[in-house]
Amino acid sequence: MSHRDYSVTRSSRAARVATVLGAILLVVLIAAPWWAGRADMRLMGELFLYLALASLWNLLAGYAGLVSVGQQAFVGFGGYMLFALTIFAGLPPVVAVLGAGVLGALIAVPVALLIFRLRGAYFAIGTWVVAEVFRLSFAQISALGGGSGSSLPTNIVRSMAASRDGRESLSYWLALGAAVLVITVVYLFLRSRKGLALSAIRDNELAAGSLGIDIWRTKFLVYVITAALTATVGALIFLQKLRISPDAAFSVNDWTAFVIFIVVIGGIGTVEGPIIGTLIFFALRETLADLGTIYLIVLGIVAIMIMLKAPKGVWGLIRARYDLQLFPLGFRVERSNNDKGT
Amino acid sequence: MSAFLRLENVCKSFGAVTVADDLSYDLAEGEALGIIGPNGAGKTTMFNLITGTLRPDSGQVHFQGKNLTGLSAARRCRSGLVRSFQVPQPFSGMTVFENAMIAATQAAGLTGNAAERLCLEVLDQTGLLDKANTLAGSLPLLGRKRLELTRALCTRPRLLMLDEIAGGLTEAECTALVGTIRDIHVSGVTIIWIEHVVHALLAVVDRLIVIDFGRKIAEGEPQAIMQSPEVQEIYLGIEVDA
Repeated sequence: MSHRDYSVTRSSRAARVATVLGAILLVVLIAAPWWAGRADMRLMGELFLYLALASLWNLLAGYAGLVSVGQQAFVGFGGYMLFALTIFAGLPPVVAVLGAGVLGALIAVPVALLIFRLRGAYFAIGTWVVAEVFRLSFAQISALGGGSGSSLPTNIVRSMAASRDGRESLSYWLALGAAVLVITVVYLFLRSRKGLALSAIRDNELAAGSLGIDIWRTKFLVYVITAALTATVGALIFLQKLRISPDAAFSVNDWTAFVIFIVVIGGIGTVEGPIIGTLIFFALRETLADLGTIYLIVLGIVAIMIMLKAPKGVWGLIRARYDLQLFPLGFRVERSNNDKGT
Repeated sequence: MSAFLRLENVCKSFGAVTVADDLSYDLAEGEALGIIGPNGAGKTTMFNLITGTLRPDSGQVHFQGKNLTGLSAARRCRSGLVRSFQVPQPFSGMTVFENAMIAATQAAGLTGNAAERLCLEVLDQTGLLDKANTLAGSLPLLGRKRLELTRALCTRPRLLMLDEIAGGLTEAECTALVGTIRDIHVSGVTIIWIEHVVHALLAVVDRLIVIDFGRKIAEGEPQAIMQSPEVQEIYLGIEVDA
């Protein structure tokens, strides 16, 4: 056999089936305003935003090895930028959401230059400290309501759509769009040349550096992209809530702890993991939320069980058993002639 | 025209331990240079200093007329020099083919089909083609050594630095490997090879440098060097120990 008899593929039958099913699902979800009630749409909108946050944190921690516990800095920053850009600059809310993303990327640059000096656990703590600094800083801005926060003025809310149903549909579609955008960006990034470099860094930094990969620059790029998209999602979260305060905007519980839970139980370091994790998280939350603190205890137990029994998460179990990849990132070498073997 | 690779008075020490002591030598393009010396003599350190994993305390490294001294390991690799690791450093979570693709896309700067064809070609040359879809982490030692060589070749190097790539292999495996390395050299790649398996080394290199305590203690035509009393004393010393 010579190498000329071999070819390389990046697709698989499972992936092609998943693409078709995904497209059908997307059409059904886009049509939700015509088949779902207001409460269901709100819940789904929230789910999509969590899915986006989880996919971003997964890219950051699962692929770039940047275990941040301070992504709430960018969620809150994005939320506050939405309020600032609509109230002070008079931008339409949808434009302000995108503006919040751009500003999120800009603010991520000095933050990265600072915290990239730290490693491992120190990096994690550093990100949290940065988030607290953000929270305390925004609490000082009295024009945005200081420590008690502020609401989005009704004229701005009305500018999105005249009717309440119109607004609900728009914010649902924006959330869906954000989730699709984030998963697409993450997937395409990981399939790109830079994504290959990122996987190499995850596996072995010494070898990655010796094979021409600029480790610092690759991680920096991931950090800034993640921050920009996290800020965009943050703006959408507070466009849905219509009210912002420092404690809600920079909550480590809501925007980082739950997100880490989702990624870890779903399967860190896979594109599919955060999707499964988000579904599990919302299923648990909707069935157990009435139980109060017991709900959080159950979440904790589930997380510990998964970490002990299946460190690669639910998707890791599925993948090990069925060799399945819905978002194919790898390469497979095949014989190009007809006898492919068994 | 200056040398292809030139080390100029390179010094490095860790505290009181000197690992590179005023190392200087020139390497011409197309040459194959062997490096021998006892364990801990500073051979791998010399590779680290050339590839940028370590920075020298003083002295300079020039490659193709360019001063590399301040550049990162990644930049140096992209300028055409690559090393294999004595202890293999695979990307364990990726397949053999994907490991090769890293080198082809990141260092050689190839994309798409050109990168894939290069990887298949090199895997064929190094005998790993039938293991292309195997996870690198599950390869046995010979496979890992071959993967080191594969990745290095996929960067399309001008200068290939091999660090004890024949160590721990059986006689037959070693012979096959020597054949592969000789082919690579014949194809025009300049080689520096650190090796304890002297007969493998002598089958390929046209010059030898002996290093001890970070210092170059002998240099010249391989057979003559191996027969010099100074080298026999140091070198046979470790042969007896090993």
